[in-house]
Amino acid sequence: MPTAGNFSSEIWLAVVTCFAAVFTQNILLSYFLGMCSFVSVSKEVKTAAGLGLAVVVVITATSILNWMAYWWVLVPLGLEFYRFILFIIIIAAFVQLLEMVIDRYSPALYLALGIFLPLITVNCAVLGSVLWMVIRNYSFVVSVGFGLGSGLGWMMAIVAMAGIRQRLDESKIPAGLRGPGITLIIAGIMALAFIGFTGVLQ
Amino acid sequence: MAEVFVSVLIISGIAAALALILVFCESIIQNYGPCKITINGKKELTVEGGKPLLSSLRERKIFLPSACGGRGTCGVCKCKVLSGAGPVLPTETPFLDAKEQKENIRLSCQVKVKNDIAIEIPDALFFIQQYQVTLTAVEDLTYDMKRFRFELTEPAEMEFVAGQYVQITCPSYQQGVEEVDRAYSIASDPKDNHFIDLIVRRVPNGICTVWMFDYLKIGDRVQMTGPYGEFRISNAQTPMIFIAGGSGMAPFVSILHQMKNSGSKRKAEYFFGGNTVRDLCLSEQMAKFEKTLADFKFIPVVSRPAPEDKWNGQTGLVTEAVKRTYTDVSGYEGYLCGSPGMIDASIKVLMELGMAKERIFYDKFA
Repeated sequence: MPTAGNFSSEIWLAVVTCFAAVFTQNILLSYFLGMCSFVSVSKEVKTAAGLGLAVVVVITATSILNWMAYWWVLVPLGLEFYRFILFIIIIAAFVQLLEMVIDRYSPALYLALGIFLPLITVNCAVLGSVLWMVIRNYSFVVSVGFGLGSGLGWMMAIVAMAGIRQRLDESKIPAGLRGPGITLIIAGIMALAFIGFTGVLQ
Repeated sequence: MAEVFVSVLIISGIAAALALILVFCESIIQNYGPCKITINGKKELTVEGGKPLLSSLRERKIFLPSACGGRGTCGVCKCKVLSGAGPVLPTETPFLDAKEQKENIRLSCQVKVKNDIAIEIPDALFFIQQYQVTLTAVEDLTYDMKRFRFELTEPAEMEFVAGQYVQITCPSYQQGVEEVDRAYSIASDPKDNHFIDLIVRRVPNGICTVWMFDYLKIGDRVQMTGPYGEFRISNAQTPMIFIAGGSGMAPFVSILHQMKNSGSKRKAEYFFGGNTVRDLCLSEQMAKFEKTLADFKFIPVVSRPAPEDKWNGQTGLVTEAVKRTYTDVSGYEGYLCGSPGMIDASIKVLMELGMAKERIFYDKFA
């Protein structure tokens, strides 16, 4: 198990990791994970923000659950190679449970997030960030920071994309490029812009 | 080897435990207890909470019209919910315009009964019943249209007004195909109420029409609900123009039977459109109606007649034929049944020729 250093340096490391996950190693723009919903749900800022929020909640929470499942169950039993299956199962179960609870207790939140939650089960950004967390041997606190950062980074990217696409609605785009085509080109340009952040953190 | 089994067991065990937790949580969280549905302020039903309104009502033998089987894709199951439904869901908004949202119209398949709820439905819906029917005859009308005759077994007769439709339940006949309900206009004589005729045109890859054309056999038992719909001829004595295409023929067959039964003297002219001569159907039955009815004329219109057909009737689109025939239809009533495109075009033409919008009645089949 990754050992924790002293608490304040752990927190500092978590903050730095979180910041890095948002900017320098943005899960969407640097690693291109979670592209399908990024392309299909980025037509409107409002829905993009809803989906982004749901991703933040799910990545952060499943980072915690999967960290525990990995270091407390799989590693002691020597079953690390099962992590893909287990992570997916845990993510799916958690999303189901979350949907049920929100449906029952918060109609307002269900309105905002409800229809996005089932989409997230199969969002590779969630699985990707959880896998990185174990590959990079993050400690518990840092994992939480990393999960939160990955989610926020993804949300920022999709909201930015939705903003750009709303403006593009009124511009003349060649017919063959409309929709996913121009979206992927914009994503590429955004990714180039994000390279500018590399080197900010070492 | 043993390690492999143990590890598989452990992972399966974890998955099973998670599933158990989910089932357990669902039974607690999704348990809303008994809920009361008040209908039109008089009838009260107590149902198990947590299920969609549409299926809760269905369980209690109240059938709201619905075509997609409750998946929120057809927008037919609209119903006025006075209280207890919560805010409008994103899955409903595509089907509700601003006026409907203001009037608390909701999609009953999306609204879940989570507490006591009050709804308003037309009284006619109380008369809708579920019928067990048996297919007794199939007749080819054209190369892609058939007439299916069903005998009602339980209950044995259906009271309906000519122009109404039924919903037939298409079972899951193939893997990957879910059970759906599809609406078809009744094409039989209302007097002959032990039987229901449906005229169906084959839709390539259509779930229900493929089933009816390729899987359904004479003697098969099927479920249908009905009668639904407000499409019917008015009590006025004004002359009428009927316009139909394809399986839009169905309600007019029923309407013509009804006119014959009641000895109606109303003038009626029926424009029936097809792409080619092969698309025309029931010409003999129509010729019979022309003889027995006081003032009825059947006008088939073919948009692309082939030279070898030697077609000498009206050509072009039905709307063009209507335009050629009349100069002023302000004294007429219009009855339309067919594809949305044909209906919209017909409404436009009839209004151009002076027909008031409220005198145009139609059944749109998407």
